[in-house]
Amino acid sequence: MLVQDFLENSARLSPNKEALIFGQQRLAYQQIDAMANRLANAFLAAGVQRGDRIAIYLGNSVETVVALFAALKADAIFTIINPSTKAEKLRFLLNNCRASALVAHARTHSILHSVCPQVPSLRYLVTVGSLPRPIGDSSLSIDTFRAIQNHSPAHQPPARAIDADLAALIYTSGSTGLPKGVMCTHLNMTSVATSVITYLENVAQDIIINVLPLSFSYGLYQVLMAFQIGATLVLEPGFAYPYAILNRMAEEKVTGFPGVPTMFATLLELNDVEKFKLPHLRYITNAGAALPVEHIRRLREAFPAAALYSMYGLTECKRVSYLPPSELDRRPSSVGIPIPNSEVWIVDENDQRVGPGVVGELVVRGSHVMQGYWDNPIETAKSYRPGPLPGERVLYTGDLFTMDEEGFLYFVARKDDIIKCRGEKVSPKEVENVLYSLPEVAETAVIGVPDPVLGQAIKAFIILRNGKPLDSEDIIHYCRRHLEDFMVPSQVEFRTELPKTDSGKIRKASLR
Amino acid sequence: MDIQEKIRKFLCEYFIVEQNLDNDASFLESGIVDSTGVLELVLFAEETFGIQVDDHDVIPDNFDSVNQLAAYIARKQREATSESVSIQEHAISC
Repeated sequence: MLVQDFLENSARLSPNKEALIFGQQRLAYQQIDAMANRLANAFLAAGVQRGDRIAIYLGNSVETVVALFAALKADAIFTIINPSTKAEKLRFLLNNCRASALVAHARTHSILHSVCPQVPSLRYLVTVGSLPRPIGDSSLSIDTFRAIQNHSPAHQPPARAIDADLAALIYTSGSTGLPKGVMCTHLNMTSVATSVITYLENVAQDIIINVLPLSFSYGLYQVLMAFQIGATLVLEPGFAYPYAILNRMAEEKVTGFPGVPTMFATLLELNDVEKFKLPHLRYITNAGAALPVEHIRRLREAFPAAALYSMYGLTECKRVSYLPPSELDRRPSSVGIPIPNSEVWIVDENDQRVGPGVVGELVVRGSHVMQGYWDNPIETAKSYRPGPLPGERVLYTGDLFTMDEEGFLYFVARKDDIIKCRGEKVSPKEVENVLYSLPEVAETAVIGVPDPVLGQAIKAFIILRNGKPLDSEDIIHYCRRHLEDFMVPSQVEFRTELPKTDSGKIRKASLR
Repeated sequence: MDIQEKIRKFLCEYFIVEQNLDNDASFLESGIVDSTGVLELVLFAEETFGIQVDDHDVIPDNFDSVNQLAAYIARKQREATSESVSIQEHAISC
């Protein structure tokens, strides 16, 4: 099965069923399928080849959903880039995956003007809206999304991809500071989507709201899974307006609500959240980071009709485990058992399996274990190591866990110093690299500190060069210009020295 | 400086938006602000214009573009003024 079959099968079986609701737009499966076919045919006409990378630099929108399926229908690999990504990183990502086509919003024109000419692989740009002035690069052909929808043919192009081909690259933060593109085959993605649907018991009558960014695998799979079962997805641009989301959930009779702890903490801070009874809400899922036990209790009080699933996963295999809601009272701090059709074990530093109650690194086996990092054999070899069968690879998660006697998993800590802020991974190194590009900064260390809403807040310790006057607002402002929103430090502390190890490295443990 | 201009100045300084931002462009859809950004906008509105923003008022209709936010702030300022006038009237009548 291919990922685009999710859309094509639903378009065939229930062509008029509402597939996607976004703002005032309500689109049926056959409409989305036709839109995706038109864009796929435009990609093919522009010379996109099987296995080419197509980058989608857009926020949550109808165009993003259409573009990802269009890329697949053109036998290409899609990658969705967070719309708050700044020019330097966008250039890095496009060159890293050697994108041949880019779909972007015309209002990012100043970024596109600076970045596109510096991406030699790029041949085709599709803009949502019209660019105010053309990009001065004669090798780049440019169309608008609207023109393609008006003029490109709607027939389905013949699929040549097979399920062993890559369907997507999903970029994730790496401890080196450079993002890594996780290579996902069609088989990986359809396997894990099927597994998650199985334990959530999703059905075609489900109406799932998604406020998570589609650049994030947790958000992306809400589209894939909804389309696989022929359900309805209510897509939101984000979670900025909690009351608007609650009203939307009530109006649309939403049955499924995936979120991260930051969102639930925000909801629980509203003084009348329990007034929104949301009787249709069948389940809430949490992933990205652990939900505090107290928040679990209050969420269940606020939404008594909904089953709450605590889950754990990482982009490298999408999802690892889930806690069946019936176990929540007995083991509120557990992230549960392996997802259907997968297995996990815990190993010590010598790669020996350990028994219950012993802390070690979690290892994951199954058809959802992705293929490694794009163009990065060194990092791939660290995380994806030989498994029990010849040629098989299993995922070393880099996360420390314990397991109880009955096989339930408990997250302990990360092995590296990656920060989890708002459910997304942030590489301290990536933030430090930006801070070091400020000439006034002599030395810096970035850590995560506990925060009741963010999970971890990003805190930067800074030593300024002698006499340089910078305040924390200057630092945060500079970071906003160079980093995605979720990577910007919320706390800055100036120091005259930082604790060091004997070898001269900054001792981050002493800063926490 | 009128309310729109103050908002635009804040956005340019804080959210790195292009100078030619349309006053009706959706902040959220254009990726200008995310959920933390909205909280910053609320603080900005409260501190700069001396208004009290109720949680229920934090909805796209009030906060999602320069024009919507300016209209909301102007309305809150009018409400605050009329309240203080009615308090004064009350004080006089006592």
